[in-house]
Amino acid sequence: MSRRENTLLQGLSRLESRRNGHDPVWLKAFRHTALQRVSERGFPTAKDEAWKYTQIGRILDVAFEPAEADASLRLSSAAIDQLAGDLGGARLVFINGYFSPQCSSLKKLPEGVKVKSLASALAEEGESLEALLSRPFGEQTHAFTALNAACAEDGAFVQIPANTVIEEPIHLVFLSDPGAAFPAGPVVSHPRSLVLAGPGSRVTIVETYAGILDEVYLTNAVTEVILEEGAAVEHYKIQNETETAFHIALLDVRQERDTQFATHSVALGSLLARHEVTVGLHGPGAKATLNGLYMPQNEQHLDNPTTIDHIAPECISRELYKGVVDGRGRGVFDGRVIVRPGAMKTDSSQTNKNLLLSESARANTRPQLEIFADDVKCAHGATVGQLNEEVVFYLRTRGISQIAARNLLTYAFVGEMLELIRVQPLRSHVEKLVALRLSAGGVGMVAA
Amino acid sequence: MMLQIRNLHASVGGMEILRGLDLDVRAGEVHAIMGPNGSGKSTLAQVLVGRETYDVTGEVLYEGRNLLAMSPEQRAVEGVFLAFQYPVEIPGVGNLYFIRTALNMMRKQRGLDELDAMDFLALAKERMKFVEMDQSFMNRSVNTGFSGGETKRNEILQMAVLEPKLAILDETDSGLDIDALRIVANGVNALRSKERALLVITHYQRLLNYIVPDRVHVMANGRIVRSGDKHLALELEKNGYADFEQDTAGGARSAAGVTS
Ligand SMILES: Nc1ncnc2c1ncn2[C@@H]1O[C@H](COP(=O)(O)OP(=O)(O)O)[C@@H](O)[C@H]1O
Ligand SMILES: [Mg+2]
Repeated sequence: MSRRENTLLQGLSRLESRRNGHDPVWLKAFRHTALQRVSERGFPTAKDEAWKYTQIGRILDVAFEPAEADASLRLSSAAIDQLAGDLGGARLVFINGYFSPQCSSLKKLPEGVKVKSLASALAEEGESLEALLSRPFGEQTHAFTALNAACAEDGAFVQIPANTVIEEPIHLVFLSDPGAAFPAGPVVSHPRSLVLAGPGSRVTIVETYAGILDEVYLTNAVTEVILEEGAAVEHYKIQNETETAFHIALLDVRQERDTQFATHSVALGSLLARHEVTVGLHGPGAKATLNGLYMPQNEQHLDNPTTIDHIAPECISRELYKGVVDGRGRGVFDGRVIVRPGAMKTDSSQTNKNLLLSESARANTRPQLEIFADDVKCAHGATVGQLNEEVVFYLRTRGISQIAARNLLTYAFVGEMLELIRVQPLRSHVEKLVALRLSAGGVGMVAA
Repeated sequence: MMLQIRNLHASVGGMEILRGLDLDVRAGEVHAIMGPNGSGKSTLAQVLVGRETYDVTGEVLYEGRNLLAMSPEQRAVEGVFLAFQYPVEIPGVGNLYFIRTALNMMRKQRGLDELDAMDFLALAKERMKFVEMDQSFMNRSVNTGFSGGETKRNEILQMAVLEPKLAILDETDSGLDIDALRIVANGVNALRSKERALLVITHYQRLLNYIVPDRVHVMANGRIVRSGDKHLALELEKNGYADFEQDTAGGARSAAGVTS
């Protein structure tokens, strides 16, 4: 391991001594294995196919310190509404990766539903979590996921019992407030969340990641969703970190028979972000929908790797990602669809469309289909284009200024993704963020 | 004088398309411009609304002011409108929203209050009657999946809502069946007034049975080669454009001599 890579690991010994005595034996062993994995594998380089477009030298160069829980950090609920939106349901707030009971509001939930911090789940559920925590941590695990396994102390724990339906979204808000955090200087947090949807249950989960001050920090998050037979989970992820931050995340999903999973990712923030989604379709009749919108501007680099693994027959996957790239930004879509032998009657479609708004904007799109079964239906398409100047001119001849015309057309491109957000207050919140982003370039005029 | 064009030249990539064009249009008048395909009619229309593709020289005065110095959006605000020969599709932008945005941006520039959704809807509904459009048009994306006739009617609807002073219609009649032609012509005639001028570009005389022009000009090879009253259109219908194409090719007529 190079000297550079050690900087991210340096803080670990401090973390270990701090935690000494807290962890049960199994967890200590688990963390030890994870850490070994990091040392053996090392951090991904440009030689790793999956990290081809996203170089992480900039992250490794920073001497991050592990964040600490700090109960004195408080935000008013109005401030949190502003940052993350008010969705009306239960809201768990994490500051620098640690659960903040003062800032959270837990509504009354149906009998048997568990919504709490991972720290308390570890204390209360004990060893039963071992198998779950080690699951996304398989052979392919890269150093960041392993590092999360080694370091994660907190996050959200959501468990929905069989046949239970929760109408209001459960909102998980991860805020970074490095200005006030111990220690002073760049901090790294490793939130780890688990969502367990029991057979026939239904729930909506919204994850929001946002920063408060323009400082350098790293969020290294892992979220895992497990859907048991017949469960339906709608998941949203709003990544709106500050433009100086780094954000590395994995959403790992396991679907059993006849389950429905949909995720909508909106990536607006971070200097460099990589939000990976991996979905395993393990039971027949499962359906996965992956939607994503990424809007890098200035120097932002937003990477969206996805893997949909058709293991069982007769599963459906639908994927639609759109990128709007401005300034010197770069958007990456890397979409893998694997159809395993035996996954007959797979029905899969994947679309990626990119809109470049400036001369120096860049987009990389890489659809990858790996089909090892017969009798399957797989479609994919990818485009990278610019605003149609004919259309801009047409709008200008109707008295709409050039800037307004460009915004109008960009908003129309994005609008399709916003309409897919079914949680109304979340849609309004995201519409506001997107409108703000589009009007930042000049006199704003966007569709309402 | 509403519009004065003097010695207008337009070229693209070194190829000259408009080659010294002169034209005068007064408020309240309807002028028809006829001519063979490729004579430069659409180029004239596009240059008048500010298409930046062309290198343009010469002078165009609109209400006494230099039109060529204005941006396309400024020209619209000042009351210049073009019904495009080939209107573009705008997927994802609702027709109603588009027309309201256009009207309100212009009103704002003119120092008028913007219309709210209710007031706009009332206005749009009234103007939709001119072109016999139903409201389902308004909820669709602009020109997306519209038939040829529908896009043309949508152009006239925009004109009816935006109420320009100088409206240019570029082959709005092309590809229309007789019913659609009558609808479009009625829409246009409803807007004729003392304050407005219309420049009707057409390949065929047919439309001029419905929209009776004050003046008819024949355009060939980038110039106006002959002007007359409405009878000129009938003459063209009978004899075709062949004479004029030969005329200018031989340089027999000077531009100045035919526009008086
Ligand atoms: N943007 C352009 N680029 C290249 N050629 C053009 C362009 N616009 C017009 N032309 C050419 O100029 C000529 C006149 O075109 P146009 O104005 O469309 O004629 P009309 O409308 O009278 O049929 C045609 O030969 C056409 O191909
Ligand atoms: Mg034409």
